[in-house]
Amino acid sequence: MWEEYLFPRSIQEALEILKSYKGQARIIAGGTDLILELKDRTRTVKCLVDIREIDALKNIEQDGEEIKIGAGVTHSQVASSMLIQRQATVLAEAASVVGSPQIRNQGTVVGNVVSAQPAADTAVALFALEAEAEIASGSGKNLVPLEKLYAGVGISKVDSTAEIVTCVRFKGLRGSQGSAFWRLAQRKALALPMLNVAVVVTLRDNQFEEARIVVAPVAPLPFRSKRAEDTLRGVPISPEAIKLAAEAAADEANPRDSALRGSAEYRKKMVKVLVKRALEQAIERARQK
Amino acid sequence: MGKRLVTMTVNGETAEVAVEPSAMLIDVLRDELGLIGVKDACGRGECGTCTVILDGKAVNSCIIPVMKAVGKEVWTIEGLDRQLGKLHPIQEAFIEYGAIQCGFCTPGMVLSAKALLDENANPTEQEVRVALSGNICRCTGYVKIINAVLAVAQRMKK
Repeated sequence: MWEEYLFPRSIQEALEILKSYKGQARIIAGGTDLILELKDRTRTVKCLVDIREIDALKNIEQDGEEIKIGAGVTHSQVASSMLIQRQATVLAEAASVVGSPQIRNQGTVVGNVVSAQPAADTAVALFALEAEAEIASGSGKNLVPLEKLYAGVGISKVDSTAEIVTCVRFKGLRGSQGSAFWRLAQRKALALPMLNVAVVVTLRDNQFEEARIVVAPVAPLPFRSKRAEDTLRGVPISPEAIKLAAEAAADEANPRDSALRGSAEYRKKMVKVLVKRALEQAIERARQK
Repeated sequence: MGKRLVTMTVNGETAEVAVEPSAMLIDVLRDELGLIGVKDACGRGECGTCTVILDGKAVNSCIIPVMKAVGKEVWTIEGLDRQLGKLHPIQEAFIEYGAIQCGFCTPGMVLSAKALLDENANPTEQEVRVALSGNICRCTGYVKIINAVLAVAQRMKK
């Protein structure tokens, strides 16, 4: 499937290898998606460039208010991180349900974004955290909001034959904020999501200052329901407000009939259920702080 | 594409083996090292039958390039009784509790259990269920497997 497998020791070295192979070499982190593509031959490559030995990519870091997750950090590490559990609960929850323990031990959160699947669990959570990706290439470093990285289902705008996402970063949740992640799937593990919902709420006194509501897969990338978010802005917290937001999200979301994910009719109804539950849980968590 | 000589620690011993750079770990373990206790089923990381322990973590060897294991420590089911010279307590409990029917999922299941107990000697039932959730069994219905793992945790505490 490939001729060469290399372990560069730095980002610079990795970029040089990519450059020398002129599009025939590709970055690999955990490989839980990429190896399947290579086995299925939907992708071919001459050389894999494994980022595992690059120290700069191995860690979860806190930089003031910001949290950075390096490209080499696995779902398991994120799920068990006290920092993420406390300041990005929605992401810890998402990371703890990806695939299976074996997949979580290998696969990375950054890889989940680059694989560009429409409902990738941690990507859905990262959208709710308004995360950005730091991308290193021959022309330097760029910071790009995640929603700008999707070209289509399974197609990333990141060119892994020429550039490297070094980390994703977002502002850790503050005292007045709560978050929640809800997943609907046919099994509790080893199952693609029928629906993923990620929510972050910011409260002030007894009002919603702001809410972020992400639903997937109902679009080629994780979908923020602006309509639902708008219904909550500046509004007092009440079951009625939550109900209206959940209805707005269900209204705006457009899941398709899918043999894999379930019918459009059922999933549209379940968007309302999951958004309601996620909002209730996020509010409770914000209040507990 | 030629083979190259690589070194890794397998079941506690240094293994030097000639591999194709694009080989998967499972193929090297089975075909080059004769460790056919590592079972090959879905080939896509979706069933856990091929589970091995790599640097202390349970992983699906069917989707791990062998190059990722170079210089690292790998444990397969064969390593469990080889180390002790007799069946590992987890293996004994599986037999005692009737947690084995056809046996095909068993190596992977035992290793996922070992990875759990190495990290968490006193797991709750929920933690056992989650730790084994990446291993599919078509025969047993899982109850006896979970009971066996909980029993081992109790025993190994003493």
